[in-house]
Amino acid sequence: MSSVVNSDRIPNNVHLGDDKKLQRALEAWQPRYVEWWKQMGPEGFQEDDVYLRTAISVDHEGWAHFDYVKMPEYRWGIFLTDPVPDRKIGFGDFMGEPVWQTVPGEMRNMLRRLIVTQGDTEPASVEQQRLLGKTCPSLYDLRNLFQVNVEEGRHLWAMVYLLHSYFGRDGREEAEGLLERRSGNPDKPRILGAFNEPCTNWLSFFMFTYFTDRDGKYQLLALAESGFDPLARTTRFMLTEEAHHMFVGETGVLRVVKRTCELMKQNKREDARAEGGIDLATIQRYVNFWYSCSLDLFGGEISSNAASFFANSLKGRAKEDSYPDHKALDVGYAMQVPVIGEGGRPTFRGEEVPLRNAMNEVLRDEYVEDSQRGVDKWNKAIAEAGVSFQIKLPSRRFHRRTGIHAGMHFDVEGNPLTKDEWEARKHQWLPSEADEAYLQSLMSKPVYEANQMANWLQPPPHGIKGKPVEFEYVRRHP
Amino acid sequence: MEPSASSASHAKAPDPVVRFETHPSRYKHWKLSFDGAVARLEMNVDTDAPLRPGYELKLNSYDLGVDIELADAVQRLRFEHPEVKVVVVTSGQPKIFCAGANIYMLGSSTHGFKVNFCKYTNETRLYLEAACSESGQHYVAALNGVASGGGYELALACEEILLCDDGSSAVSFPETPLLAVLPGTGGLTRLVDKRKVRRDLADVFSSLAEGVRGKRAQDWGLVDRSVPRSRFDQTVIDRARALAAATPDKQGAGVALPALEVARWEDAGKAGADYRYVSVKVDKATRVAELRMLAPDAAAPATAEALRTAGADAWALRAFRELDDALLDLRFNHPTVGLVRLLSRGDAARVIEADRALAAQAESDWFAREVLLHMKRVLKRLDLTAKSLFAIVEPGSCFVGSLFELTLAADRSYMLGEGDDEGTAAFVGFSPLNFGPLPMSNGLTRLASRFLAKPDRVAELAEQTELLSGPDALDAGLVTFAPDAIDWEDEVRLAVEERASLSPDALTGMEANLRFCGPETTETKIFARLSAWQNWIFQRPNAVGERGALTMYGRPERPEFDWRRT
Repeated sequence: MSSVVNSDRIPNNVHLGDDKKLQRALEAWQPRYVEWWKQMGPEGFQEDDVYLRTAISVDHEGWAHFDYVKMPEYRWGIFLTDPVPDRKIGFGDFMGEPVWQTVPGEMRNMLRRLIVTQGDTEPASVEQQRLLGKTCPSLYDLRNLFQVNVEEGRHLWAMVYLLHSYFGRDGREEAEGLLERRSGNPDKPRILGAFNEPCTNWLSFFMFTYFTDRDGKYQLLALAESGFDPLARTTRFMLTEEAHHMFVGETGVLRVVKRTCELMKQNKREDARAEGGIDLATIQRYVNFWYSCSLDLFGGEISSNAASFFANSLKGRAKEDSYPDHKALDVGYAMQVPVIGEGGRPTFRGEEVPLRNAMNEVLRDEYVEDSQRGVDKWNKAIAEAGVSFQIKLPSRRFHRRTGIHAGMHFDVEGNPLTKDEWEARKHQWLPSEADEAYLQSLMSKPVYEANQMANWLQPPPHGIKGKPVEFEYVRRHP
Repeated sequence: MEPSASSASHAKAPDPVVRFETHPSRYKHWKLSFDGAVARLEMNVDTDAPLRPGYELKLNSYDLGVDIELADAVQRLRFEHPEVKVVVVTSGQPKIFCAGANIYMLGSSTHGFKVNFCKYTNETRLYLEAACSESGQHYVAALNGVASGGGYELALACEEILLCDDGSSAVSFPETPLLAVLPGTGGLTRLVDKRKVRRDLADVFSSLAEGVRGKRAQDWGLVDRSVPRSRFDQTVIDRARALAAATPDKQGAGVALPALEVARWEDAGKAGADYRYVSVKVDKATRVAELRMLAPDAAAPATAEALRTAGADAWALRAFRELDDALLDLRFNHPTVGLVRLLSRGDAARVIEADRALAAQAESDWFAREVLLHMKRVLKRLDLTAKSLFAIVEPGSCFVGSLFELTLAADRSYMLGEGDDEGTAAFVGFSPLNFGPLPMSNGLTRLASRFLAKPDRVAELAEQTELLSGPDALDAGLVTFAPDAIDWEDEVRLAVEERASLSPDALTGMEANLRFCGPETTETKIFARLSAWQNWIFQRPNAVGERGALTMYGRPERPEFDWRRT
């Protein structure tokens, strides 16, 4: 085996050593991936030693191996959760049949599109976050950023593994394409809108990992039900890593919120900004922005693609087992569909959408509920600090750019607005350039000292893997 | 084709009454703008303005209403804007060029309406191509988003296709993989015949729902150039200007096309429309219509300048615009009419005089040439009308020159077979327009198509300057029957009644087979394959049956096929 494509450099449980086809594909792809990482990965930290977790096997011991590593030398691995013996398809028209170990020809294009769309989000987020290291609030946070980045890289590997192993030449070309597109580049944008939004500050990073990675969680949960077994097994393993990303987001926002409350209490007028913190109203605006962008990622409320994916037993619902019926035929989903009314203000008409066509919305329902849990924790901390403010998730109609609400305007409560009303009031709800500039000014100086923490957030209660918070999680090499 | 709408109705909607006249000031779906020699035709379909209620025109998908505006724009550009040398066809919507014909419109239309719709859109695409090849107006498709199904077919009708390379803009024919039908606007034919895409690559392309993007689209010849988004707009402008610079100027201002004046009437089972030079009378009970054309009522404009002054009022233009409108009215608004009696009335000498003047002026004047090219298009529309056409050549009629083409286009002609006196006899005759400028879709004149077995006859007839009476015309093979005065009325009546009793489907097929004899052209292939393959597949259970792919499209269940190959 080659010096780069071997089971030592690429930890795996897919018998890479015996798989000539996969070896050949990876030999071409792996150097390009490393090249992409050096070009588009975290800028300015490639030589540093970072205390990272590496998955070296799927068992309890192996999935979390901690050590210092230079990021370009990170061992991105390929892991599938162990197969379930005699697994049967759990939903859709093929329900009850044995799961597929190879791609059924008729589903090849559909599956490829699903995998490429999912795969494209992984390198995209690394690209979006590549400059954040230069404004980090602590080495602890810097390390978390890099942990998220390398794992998004590994998720790309996971999808590329599927493309290489099951989709022939097309798959190899798509795998190349995943390295060629660039977040925010108008000529080669990433496939989904939210992944072309710049993530320019750490509040956005925490919001992204809380809200946008949570979309990832639900997409993975839905794909984990897939009748195409390699996809199901791959995504199940990815979910363990995704959970950490959301932890970074949830605790990140919590630490900001707690610090903001502390600073407010230090100030006569409860003015957090005057104390160098991020005021709660600004936090709310970033919640509004990232939550609404993330809702878009689920796709249209009424979708024939969603119906086909479900009918073809390719993408189910999150935790399909928890639903009573897995065919989803002859059932409707009641929806309020907006239509442009008088004066350009939307009105609504009730519509009963066939359940299969509403699968994106079903998944979004779960997401909305799940998103609320962290928000509740943030609000609890605010209340405990004696501050009277509540962070609220905006209505799912607010600031949408795909689906039935796209092109129409609603306030955060979901009340219809005309375009003029929206333009006049949108900065109450969405971050303004002034907000961006303020956050930039707060974060202009990175904190690279192990025992320091930026003023605008609290230190975490614990360090990583039993290490103290002050541990030197990133050893900088000047 | 377009994937949208949530509440597709599966009952067939009644065919709406359709009118074909419009004006840029009234367009709902297109924006026509000008920058010197370059015009921009921007598609921005109004979701909420379908031709009839029941579907939404999402994603720049089109219905007949959208295509009527396109046809109007193509026509007006030729007459009203001689300064325009390049027309950029593009989209006013983000990420989507055009999603093709609206599936829910197709799904809820009667088969007859669908076929007529496809035929009309095909004619429009051919007019667009003809503007490139005949009139020095070059169409450039600037695909700034996805062009699928009919959207890509529209692009294929353009002379050049530029595709934005942004990772998502693609060209595609999803009809077969998604809907179990075929592209209905000549797409498959143009792919291999016009663009000469290799047939195996065309096969891959036509079965790949998501289509082909970027460099591969260029490598396969599906587009001429794939251009990065950041340079796309400028590249389109540069290309348009370069094409314009290489195209010669036309002298003189444009000629406006005002709305046609028409009085429509309806009375006790009969309906009709009276234009200035054309009148139509429909008898709903017998399903027979009468279409009458009048000769010019004044001397022909003697010079190109005089013709331009007469403008849209010149007989050669006005009478044929009226004929065009009448044909479309018959096709769409009188679907049960099975037979059209073609009649004419007036001074034959005036027709010949008008034809001669036009033929001479067209050699050097762009407007005269446009009038002649328009005449050609309208006569092709007549050839392609799926109704039996019987020409009735009576005393007082003027089937000569350009109007004799109606007789030649007819499936049969009946001419009164006696007398040689001006008042009591019928005559036919030629003008230069019978011998070249008005070919059919097969590339031949109607005379040449008629005398396929004796090609020399056409040259002999060109020497014939005198009008021919019934018996002479019969001898010369120019009419089908020439009954004498005693038999005339019965013969004609019986023939009409007999014809009207036959199966409309069989007649459509029979007539189309017989009308387009001789060589195949891209045009004949497109229409033949539309009527044979596309319409057949559109009727098959695998497409429109209870579990057919078109029926199931957008619905939660998967289609089921009958696997037997036919």
